[in-house]
Amino acid sequence: MTVTDPRLAGPRPGYRVVGTSPAHHDFADKVRGSLLYAADWQLPGTLHGRVVRSPVPSARITGIDVAAARALPGVAAVLTAADVPSNRIVELASGGLGELQVTMPVLAADRVRYAGEPVAVVAAATQQIADEAADLVAVDYEELPGVFDVESARADGAPLVHDVGNTLVTWQIRSGDAAAALAAADVVVEGSYRTQHAEHAYLEPEAGVGWLEGGVVTLRVSTQVVEHAATIAGILRLPHSKVRVIAAYLGGGFGGKEDMTVEPYLALLVWHTRRPVRMIWDRQESLAASTKRHPFLMRYRTGADRDGTITAQQVEILGDAGAYPNLSPRVLFAAAACACGPYRVPNASITSSAVFTNNVPASAFRGFGAMQVTFGYEAQLDLLAERLGLSRTQVRERNFLAKGDLLPTGERVGTCVEVAQTMHRALALLGDPPRPSGPGKLVGRGIGCNRQPYGRTIWFRDRASAWLSLQADGTLLIRCGVTDLGAGQAASLCQIAAEVLGAPLDDISVYIGDSALNPPAGGTFATRQLYMSGNAVLLAARQLRDRMAPVAADLLGTPADELVFADGRVWAGGAGAAAGGPEVSITLAELAAACDRRSVSTAHLATWRAEAGAFDPRTGQGGTFPDYTYGTHAADVEVDPETGQVTVLRYAACHDVGRAINPMRVQGQIQGGAMQGLGYALTEDVAIEDGYVQAALFADYLVPNALDFPDVLVDIVESGEGKGPLGARGIGEPPIGNVAATIAGAIAAATGVRPAELPMTPERIAALLDEKGRTR
Amino acid sequence: MTRRRIALCVNGSERDAWVLPSDTLLDVLHDGLGLAEVRYGCGEGVCGTCTVLLDGEPVSGCLTLAVQAAGREVTTLRGLAGPGGALHPLQDRFLRRGAAQCGFCTPGMVLTSLDLVRRHLARGLGPPSRDDIRYALVGNLCRCTGYTKIIDAVAEYAALAAAGTPPAGTSPARTPPARTPPARTPPARTPPARTPPARTPPAAAP
Repeated sequence: MTVTDPRLAGPRPGYRVVGTSPAHHDFADKVRGSLLYAADWQLPGTLHGRVVRSPVPSARITGIDVAAARALPGVAAVLTAADVPSNRIVELASGGLGELQVTMPVLAADRVRYAGEPVAVVAAATQQIADEAADLVAVDYEELPGVFDVESARADGAPLVHDVGNTLVTWQIRSGDAAAALAAADVVVEGSYRTQHAEHAYLEPEAGVGWLEGGVVTLRVSTQVVEHAATIAGILRLPHSKVRVIAAYLGGGFGGKEDMTVEPYLALLVWHTRRPVRMIWDRQESLAASTKRHPFLMRYRTGADRDGTITAQQVEILGDAGAYPNLSPRVLFAAAACACGPYRVPNASITSSAVFTNNVPASAFRGFGAMQVTFGYEAQLDLLAERLGLSRTQVRERNFLAKGDLLPTGERVGTCVEVAQTMHRALALLGDPPRPSGPGKLVGRGIGCNRQPYGRTIWFRDRASAWLSLQADGTLLIRCGVTDLGAGQAASLCQIAAEVLGAPLDDISVYIGDSALNPPAGGTFATRQLYMSGNAVLLAARQLRDRMAPVAADLLGTPADELVFADGRVWAGGAGAAAGGPEVSITLAELAAACDRRSVSTAHLATWRAEAGAFDPRTGQGGTFPDYTYGTHAADVEVDPETGQVTVLRYAACHDVGRAINPMRVQGQIQGGAMQGLGYALTEDVAIEDGYVQAALFADYLVPNALDFPDVLVDIVESGEGKGPLGARGIGEPPIGNVAATIAGAIAAATGVRPAELPMTPERIAALLDEKGRTR
Repeated sequence: MTRRRIALCVNGSERDAWVLPSDTLLDVLHDGLGLAEVRYGCGEGVCGTCTVLLDGEPVSGCLTLAVQAAGREVTTLRGLAGPGGALHPLQDRFLRRGAAQCGFCTPGMVLTSLDLVRRHLARGLGPPSRDDIRYALVGNLCRCTGYTKIIDAVAEYAALAAAGTPPAGTSPARTPPARTPPARTPPARTPPARTPPARTPPAAAP
């Protein structure tokens, strides 16, 4: 069975390139194996780096002895906190709206707060020597009591992870009077939901190469954010202009390369040794010490009228931030802002807190807080349907948001909401319900709807820039600081420019991911790059076309607004062409030459600014995100009640992407997001006991393989109403959010018991069924 | 430890390398011989990223010592390309089907599935089914695609290869036309015993 959608075949009406699925430059390099990732760059005389990490989760450092490590032949540098020019990273992820100010060291000086925290860094002639030297760094730890779960961390007298307190931030969003509305509701359903630490598990571990060039510390790394160059300059006490970050095409990111990974350590080693240095984190090191998805503890109370109309919802969310802030304040904000999902909730009371523990830090991961809550709010909708004797689709349709509705933050929904259409299409893909494969087996169907933001929170006044240049031979250059995680971030920019300027895709080269040579685009995160850089390229292309059009119009003797830019030429078009008259055109090269003769520049820089707004953390009212992507997943599962094993029989996903710039890539995002979500729902768990990550090997962390789950069937709604270029909505993060809720709903439909803790392992399902059997 | 010199045949060329007894084939190919497409993913043989064909059989470069490859034939992804860099038809299917997103798993995916199709055809089994493909790829993890487009690409190539027709060369952007596979006779051997990890395979969809 293939899931090829016949609609992938051609461009959308009114477009030539948008809506097609060409095989771009990046795909071609990848299938050849010729793309050079971060670890593939080789320079003469390169040293190899290794981070020395704390083996304990909470301790005072009473001494560090590096003599033996430094004495090992082949060792070029062993650096500790004392060697870091400015050993303080203060990250205020929410822009200082409400979180504690907490400093994170680059290398721990006197205190470690999680197992895996960097304490020293080594460079040596070979990786083997660097590894040996790292083992020879002798650190004396005096262990301190730690705290390893959010509830303990909030208790009186809990050990403090940081002196300022264990609650990093608390967000409150209030609308109406939730308590009164709950008291007056015909029905109230309640639930507690628990989610786990999860690992990004990009196939490419954290890696990079750094060198000194013309006095500039240059790092070519696997990162989602080249703008970290400024932070690195701060650590080295260098002017911003003296650090350059180049992002190689990534071997996956998913948010895990949104924070810095190897960058500060590479930069320190390059700066101290004045030599090229390569650093690759082992997979096992990455598992133990890289950031994770936040485990959430969520409590929901939902009140509704007898007809299923939701009147009120109370939500309390605790997220385990781990030992340092990273992006936790923003993750928990997104959780609060999206806690009610794609539903109208007139009376809402939402509280979310990020809590410090001595676990490995949690930070960005595809879905970014807005995905964990889906497991909560969709369960509540199912419970409501059950209580009221309505179908799951009925209760959802009664409450779906519509354009113009108020969100709990007091904002109005600014674009159309086609979530009902996605629900019906996803269910249509599944077809008739399957029969059990044998006696005793139970089958059930689940659905999960979601609302996932795209774009940064609007108080950041986000912007992105792009530079386009029509070359003398009629080919086109695009420069844009976007990083490419594998989703075609660069390729879609080419399609947009080709659409506007008529340059064939083969004639376009795109240069990305360089903090020094590209106009800044912001990082690739928050599903923001098609929205931001896509709009920037669209703006730049339109402005460049508008500047060159009078020259072409003059040459062709036609009004500028009748010109058609297509197929590498500018056509007189308009009435003459429509009447079947002789087609008159010039090539883009001829246009470039004519522009040059008339001193009209064929290069153009444009900056696109997202809408701005403000959020008031005291009232919980104000602007949050620019817009949202809505979608629905549906699944049929079979449960073996003997073993608790859940088999996913069929899986379907449908999202409104506004406009599909490249439908094949949209499908790929949805299929990949759903698969990552299936792992999250059923198999993946970074178990941490007393601060120690239990998965020591990659083999212990169950990333879905090709046998685990069926093909993900995809349908795409194109409402044309997104705020991205040409009406597009972002699709990077949205498709991971629905999955756990969809599978939980299917298990509940099959067995009559609802899992409320992730992942939904056979052990947990069997235990739930046992419990049900005992209470019967 | 002392290094010793080994000779091996990489993508049809004789190559020498000075290796430590502890050096993996992955280290030597990636860093020593500059074959960047053989990449470290986990070091445990779990992810399949560093897969190469050793005498025609897929192995994990991270679990194979370089000295074990002495005197043997190694094929990496770039070894599949035809004259002038023309894509192998299986690469061509990956390209057109969008089977590579970040591309990091792609070398291992292509080489493992090529081995599967060759084995099936050499034994007269016809093209592998989608389930056969899933089973063969169980040791190659992909975190981006959800596998569907990879399986689409392999299934299409297998059908074309089984029919003996060169895949239609509707040339994509800046890619030379698809070519017939170079005549590579799979070595006569028993198929490798590839044990899938101990996870319960899903029941076939009704």
